[in-house]
Amino acid sequence: MFGYLTHRILVMIPTLIAISLITFVIIQLPPGDYLTTLVMEMQSRGETIDQGRLAMLRETYGLDRPLAEQYLYWLFGMLRGDFGYSFEYELPVTEVVGDRLWLTAIVSFATILFIWAVSFPIAIYSATHQYSAGDYALTFLGFLGLATPSFLLALVLLYFANVWFGTSIGGLMDPRYVDAPWSLDKVLSVLEHLWIPVIVIGTAGTAAMIRRLRANLLDELHKPYVVTARAKGLSPRRVLWKYPLRMALNPFVSDIGNLLPQIVSGAAIVSVVMSLPTTGPMLLQALRSQDMYLAGSFLMFLAVLTVVGVFLSDLALALLDPRIRLTGGTTR
Amino acid sequence: MTADLLRVEDLKVAFHLPEGVVEAVRGVSFRVRPGATVALVGESGSGKSVVAQSILRILPAPARIAGGRILLNDPGEAGSVDIAALPAEGPVMRSLRGGRISIIFQEPMTSLSPLHTIGDQVGEAVRLHRGVGRREARAITADMLARVRFPDPARALDTYPFELSGGLRQRAMIAMALVCRPALLIADEPTTALDVTIQARILRLLKDLQGELGMAVLLITHDLGVVANLADEVVVMHRGAVMESGPRDDLFADPRHPYLKALLRAVPRFHMAPGERLVPIRPIPAPPATGRLLDRTGEDRTAQAGDAGPLLAVEGITKRYGTRKAGWFGTAPPSGPPAVDDVSFTIRRGECVGLVGESGCGKTTLLKILMHALAPDAGTVRYTDGGRTVAVPDLEGEALQRFRRTVQFVFQDPFGSLNPRMTVFDIVAEPLVIHRIGDAAERAARVKELMGLVGLDARHLRRYPHSFSGGQRQRIGIARALALRPDLLLLDEPVSALDVSIQAQVLNLLKDLKETLGLTYLFVSHNLAVVDYMADRILVMCRGRIVEAAPRAALFRRPVHPYTRALLAAVPEPDPSRPLTLADAGEGHTSDPATWPAPFTIDDARRPPLVDLGDGHLVRADADAPALREVA
Repeated sequence: MFGYLTHRILVMIPTLIAISLITFVIIQLPPGDYLTTLVMEMQSRGETIDQGRLAMLRETYGLDRPLAEQYLYWLFGMLRGDFGYSFEYELPVTEVVGDRLWLTAIVSFATILFIWAVSFPIAIYSATHQYSAGDYALTFLGFLGLATPSFLLALVLLYFANVWFGTSIGGLMDPRYVDAPWSLDKVLSVLEHLWIPVIVIGTAGTAAMIRRLRANLLDELHKPYVVTARAKGLSPRRVLWKYPLRMALNPFVSDIGNLLPQIVSGAAIVSVVMSLPTTGPMLLQALRSQDMYLAGSFLMFLAVLTVVGVFLSDLALALLDPRIRLTGGTTR
Repeated sequence: MTADLLRVEDLKVAFHLPEGVVEAVRGVSFRVRPGATVALVGESGSGKSVVAQSILRILPAPARIAGGRILLNDPGEAGSVDIAALPAEGPVMRSLRGGRISIIFQEPMTSLSPLHTIGDQVGEAVRLHRGVGRREARAITADMLARVRFPDPARALDTYPFELSGGLRQRAMIAMALVCRPALLIADEPTTALDVTIQARILRLLKDLQGELGMAVLLITHDLGVVANLADEVVVMHRGAVMESGPRDDLFADPRHPYLKALLRAVPRFHMAPGERLVPIRPIPAPPATGRLLDRTGEDRTAQAGDAGPLLAVEGITKRYGTRKAGWFGTAPPSGPPAVDDVSFTIRRGECVGLVGESGCGKTTLLKILMHALAPDAGTVRYTDGGRTVAVPDLEGEALQRFRRTVQFVFQDPFGSLNPRMTVFDIVAEPLVIHRIGDAAERAARVKELMGLVGLDARHLRRYPHSFSGGQRQRIGIARALALRPDLLLLDEPVSALDVSIQAQVLNLLKDLKETLGLTYLFVSHNLAVVDYMADRILVMCRGRIVEAAPRAALFRRPVHPYTRALLAAVPEPDPSRPLTLADAGEGHTSDPATWPAPFTIDDARRPPLVDLGDGHLVRADADAPALREVA
């Protein structure tokens, strides 16, 4: 087990390096750099820019160096915790991102909890009462959730939250707390605003999770070992909890790795609509203006989330399933 | 007269399916006396398992008990109850289930949860029915595991099912069923999924435990050999009804009902008269000698003078499997004992060579090497075709394609080996498509002819595999293998997944096809009686080595190797006058070469070669030992 762990952790290093290289290449792919975008923007507004100042900027940002050097500079910077400099905000990336990263993490984590809390009981009910009226009703609701565009749901919920509860429109907190230091009231305000994005972002995921878990469980419910458990005289509920449910968890756990980045990146549009101070909208803007270090840092953040997520889900699988723990890695 | 432990009276069970109501059990009555063994015999679909599930009230959701009574008269705590009238999930039924009546299933792998330890799963029943604590349950479980002859019961408590061999898994299953000392044990095909030597031990174990614990056994099986060895009374079921019942010896000596007579005639057994044919319960027409498939003119594959030698010569094949665990990247160098160890033999044209061995002995690995699906670590396979001899492992490109046409494979599992999303036509025509033979019309004609050859209706070509029975599917698999007009068929346990009544049908078909098409077979099976029926020459394989090779008659008349003898002794015969003789019910070591007596011992120091005893009878033993001539 220990060998497996170190193996997995060591393999993550080349994976992340490869991802960073690909990220860098993708950001460099569009013609030009941040400065050419800037010049074009200024020209379109009829302003001119001094060539001498351009050259100076280019030099300070290191944009005149060879690409390989820029890449290595960025890579080693990240290792020291220096994620580079955002051209657009004229601030270090870490400062620009700041609270957003934490708020994103809070929203994502809450969303995952929401998805699990809602999909689990529903899926279990659906599977154990297959083709009953309740199953059909819940399945219908699930498909509805899957099919509704999330930004639409966002607008509807924002409206009703404002009308019924007087919650301020948009954002993750009341506007008066935005630049205020953290306090109990600010936290409460965040909680008051949090449920809308969580429901909006989580709905589609919940619906998908219900379908998957229901299908997994249906597969397991008729396996011989379930009959064995019944033949032992266990009550139906004990049988369900101890045996098929645990088996059905496997595909579910291996999904966690994909869930994290999906939620972080998939929330971009919702975040724009709801003007959430999360990372999604900022990434979008950074990519458009070729603010390469900012965009690159975001993409790396997503990549790290994916790799760590997959690692964690593999770890959870190994803990959950002795077959993986004890025979993992052997081939026949 | 002692009271019956269980009396089933006019039991009716119906399945309420979307297509309508199907009566699976139609008025079955029988009784089980305390401490006695009753065998419920019948092929799959006869309703025997449904009867078992009714007694435990664990019927699948669409099934309901439509009538009749199931009277349990338990001298112990439960007293006298009508199981059929109890609510299936009520407290009374739940305390009977696993407490007074318990069951062993056929498939020890899937019937145990892979995620829970043996101790947990076995002990669960104790804690549930006896209300004891975790520690006490553990002690009772360990004691039960010792009773089912687990080699190390204390350690076994914390192992997972997948860490155990098939035989040990079934022992764990038995321990789980017996741990609460039930009055009635239902054994639903308890040994069907096991190797013969393990089957013999499990049967013996059941018999011993029945004596120790004084319980009654309801044995459900299709294997008349098992019935002859274990049962006191026999109930024969067919299509949901009882055909015949009575004491075992009477029924075997004088079967009255035509169905039982037919069943007895359909089972391959030793001591069959030379040339005697099995009589299938549902015979299929013999393959017609049609022209097109046999017509080989225009191809350079007609037998030539150079084909006088063996069709296939296997020379010193060795194969080891590596594990991925050891290396950081890629596979580690192979270690451990080889799966196939220096195997050499030949197959002559037109011969049927039988290959016998238990699961895990390397049979399948060997077959895969023969058909160029795996590369051997050492040794080669020479295949002679049309006067040319090729080394199979070295083949590639065009030559490999040509070789593929001449050697085809029939798989064990008729369900897994046919793609459920392809029609029968597409399945049988696929080899022709791959090898670009003929146009659409020609392929259609050939497929129709192949269907006729295996006795299937050409009108069913548009159907999908799921609408066929196991035997029919296996015949589709055979038709597919024959599509390219091969010379050599590799048959990997072709009938072991089939019902006895269907086995005879498929075996006869294979025999007829061999005659009509002049085929050569390598027939792999763990069932010695089947191999005896089919093969001209038999190879016995154990732990990757061939330990004995002999013409069929010689092997059965005079088996020399201790492993061959153990195999032969372990086959239960459908004849009560020839009971199994097995002294020890423990997890034995007949397949461990180090425990074989001299001159057969194989260990680090001794690696004896195959010694020729004359008449093509070879045995792996130390040639210099004087003892060999004596045993031979």
